Amino acid sequence: MATDVERAAPVAAPPRTHTVEVTANGERRSAEVEPRMLLVHFLRGTLGLRGTHIGCDTSSCGACTVLMDGVPIKSCTALAVQADGREITTVEGLESAEGLHPIQTAFHEEHGLQCGFCTPGMMLTSIALLRENPDPSEEEIRWALSGNVCRCTGYQNIVKAVQAAAEASR
Amino acid sequence: MIGESVKRKEDARLIRGAGNYVDDVNLPGMLYLELLRSPFAHAKIRSIDTTAAAEMPGVVAVVTGELMAEHGLAWMPTLSGDTQAVLATDKVRFQGQEIAAVIAEDPYTAKDALELIEVDYDPLPAVTSPQQALATDAPLIRDDKEGQDSNHIYHWETGDREATDRAFAEADKVVSLDTHYPRCHPAPLECCGCVADVNPATGKATIYMTSQAPHAHRTLFAMVAGLPEHQIRIISPDIGGGFGNKVPIYPGYVVATAASLLLGKPVKWIEDRTGNLISTGFARDYHMHGELALKGDRMVGLRVKMQSDNGAFYADAQPTKCRAGLFGIVTGSYDIPAAHVEADGAYTNKAPGGVAYRCSFRVTEASYLIERLVQSAAYEAGIDPAEFRMRNFIKPDQFPYTSATGFEYDSGDYEAAMRLALDKLGYDDMRREQAEARAQGRLLGIGVASFTEVLGAGKGKDYDIAGLRMFDSAELRVHPTGKAVLKLGVRHQGQGHETTFAQIVATELGIPPEDVDVQEGDTDHTPYGLGTYASRSTPVAGAATAVIARKLRDKARELAAHKLEAAPEDLEWEAGRFSVKGSPDRGITIQDLALAAYSDLPDGMEAGLEGVHYYDPPNMTFPFGTYAVVVEIDRGTGEWKVQRVVAVDDCGVRINPMIVEGQLHGGLTEGFAIAAMELIDFDEDGNCIGSNFMDYLLPTSWETPHFELGETVTPSPHHPLGAKGVGESATVGSPAAFVNAVVDALAHAGVRNIEMPVTSNRVWKALAEVGLAE
Repeated sequence: MATDVERAAPVAAPPRTHTVEVTANGERRSAEVEPRMLLVHFLRGTLGLRGTHIGCDTSSCGACTVLMDGVPIKSCTALAVQADGREITTVEGLESAEGLHPIQTAFHEEHGLQCGFCTPGMMLTSIALLRENPDPSEEEIRWALSGNVCRCTGYQNIVKAVQAAAEASR
Repeated sequence: MIGESVKRKEDARLIRGAGNYVDDVNLPGMLYLELLRSPFAHAKIRSIDTTAAAEMPGVVAVVTGELMAEHGLAWMPTLSGDTQAVLATDKVRFQGQEIAAVIAEDPYTAKDALELIEVDYDPLPAVTSPQQALATDAPLIRDDKEGQDSNHIYHWETGDREATDRAFAEADKVVSLDTHYPRCHPAPLECCGCVADVNPATGKATIYMTSQAPHAHRTLFAMVAGLPEHQIRIISPDIGGGFGNKVPIYPGYVVATAASLLLGKPVKWIEDRTGNLISTGFARDYHMHGELALKGDRMVGLRVKMQSDNGAFYADAQPTKCRAGLFGIVTGSYDIPAAHVEADGAYTNKAPGGVAYRCSFRVTEASYLIERLVQSAAYEAGIDPAEFRMRNFIKPDQFPYTSATGFEYDSGDYEAAMRLALDKLGYDDMRREQAEARAQGRLLGIGVASFTEVLGAGKGKDYDIAGLRMFDSAELRVHPTGKAVLKLGVRHQGQGHETTFAQIVATELGIPPEDVDVQEGDTDHTPYGLGTYASRSTPVAGAATAVIARKLRDKARELAAHKLEAAPEDLEWEAGRFSVKGSPDRGITIQDLALAAYSDLPDGMEAGLEGVHYYDPPNMTFPFGTYAVVVEIDRGTGEWKVQRVVAVDDCGVRINPMIVEGQLHGGLTEGFAIAAMELIDFDEDGNCIGSNFMDYLLPTSWETPHFELGETVTPSPHHPLGAKGVGESATVGSPAAFVNAVVDALAHAGVRNIEMPVTSNRVWKALAEVGLAE
């Protein structure tokens, strides 16, 4: 959803706002936001990082997963103010001057995505897993990804993609 | 090129988070719409007071049914010829029904303002099952409909009642099953939504929406809203999964479009997950009674009576003439000489919109019933369930085979698929292992299902949606430099059309897939089509693509004859190049011919290398396969764990095997989900239980089993490529395999049925009843 920061201040009881400053994909960004603003709306609306998706509103599906200081969190149930001073990585931050991140290549090569809606969250969770455990078993991968729902692929090729990315990173 | 696992072209944007889903569409000056939904399942609306909401800063408008009625938009037609309230005016008929809409400058304000709308309700008793609905003293749900004096919707029959009665009269044995295929929900990861943008200067309405059928939706919008159809442009951008959920038109789309028309600004409506689960197209909810007549080891008759729970408005997405979809395929893979099916539909105080969740119009319910019945019949006949099936299969030499309910099966070799599945599983060894385990007190179950699907609707004469014949289309334009654009009337939601359809062009015309841009979803720029659902894209639009590519190749042959100074019949075609028979060096490529089509034509030939084809299939296609599942049950908890899943599919010719296998993985997972956990339930007051992903359970990577796939290939004799379609086969065939496996583990103790979803609790109760619980 889009930002509400640009709208005219309401006449009655103007909401208190906070300045939130984050490092998003390596870039310093700041904005005034309502204290209740969800992080996912801050990322998608205020910062225009629309690769992070909203699937369930209850932190059940993981489509909104981003990395905060390297740790996967569900940005639909975090507030933007909680991200103040933190480093956020979204899917837009994965590709670099050297090219696609190995996890992106692996999802493509192993047919680990279909509609693509869960894919950003899946890849970010996978990256966090591989940082902690560079050589995970199938069981470890399935456990690590169990907070991210995919309705299309049946997970089998996602598991293969994570294994392929692990291989490529070694 | 057909038969190669080409990597997907659509991935490039999706792995970068650069897809363009409907919520990613933001237009200047855009407003945000939120819907107020009913907390009651059945209640009269005494009054709606929107004063406080309308006065809230940031609120632009509040819309009620009364305002919609002034514009003739309080009600809209459904896909099954009924009417559905856009915003309720008289009463609410299901929990979650749309009552009012707030349009505000930002979404948070819109949500806040919903809280300020005061609705005075007079609650009425809720009807939550078809049995209740059809009782004589049931409250009348559709008192808005003239002449509707009960909750009964339709009666439908197929097959031959008398022949079936005779078969049962002569039977040695009759096996029966009563089962409820529970209400579930496709729950694509992306909810529904739209951005409606009516340009006040031109009157043109551009509607970005989550639509599996943008052309049909444009026509329906024209009919509902009275807008001239050329002034409506539906753009279906990237879709985050559909599974049937994005086939119907929902009130949110209509209200957002009306609001944009009235306010002269773009209006965005994005459904939240609860809204999606409690108000949009659910699936199944069939109460089925099936009986099989047996004579020795043969099935000689099938009788089915069922009641469908259609919710508050009859809004099933299905061909007009098919009141219970394609349920008539219920004789499945078996040569059953007599069958009779009857169905009755009922209004209840539940959400409307029975969609075919990854299914070709009620084929899943049919396949489930027959595969569960056949297993019971095998137990009663004392024959192994796999062997029993093989004795009753339609044999390869019987095709084309006309079933007792009138379907003409195009082709099949059911025994070959089953034998391959049994071999891959090591069926005989598994049976031995099962016996040994049982002797040790462990409960292993082996479930088999051998499904036959029917998909790829039309033909148009017999199958239509709201009067629109179910053909589909392809427009192919080859540019002078030999690059091509293929425009289709269907709309993918992750199925990989951008790759698969480019491969069809590559095969037929010799233009590499990377040089073919496949475009779908924009009604101003693609030819008319009925859309992507019921596994119909490859059977119908795939055929249209092959036909138009062949037509262009025919024109290219004329051009080649001109360029090579030879007679057209003296030319040979191979891999994108015509050459003169006997002089292979004298040739010309399709790329050079494309240039010639715009620059060096023979006298009298029309310029260009472009064309469009509308394909009306002569018949549907009938993919099939055998799924075999092994489970082990924990006698202490009733928990069941899947140990093996072997899935052998025959979907005819596979255009992109990688994508086909991906479709099968996904379908098997959704089949497993339906068997094991997915349930939209209601309490006696009509409160929806299953209104979020904490209550409506979806399988994660942790629960989902590993799948072992296999294939046989029986090409469709009437499809230009021999393809049959595959997207839904696994969801159709696999629920019965999972349930059959759990029941098989307890069959020796006399258990014949456990209802879906097969929860640990239900299994534990079954264990306790037969004294096997620990």
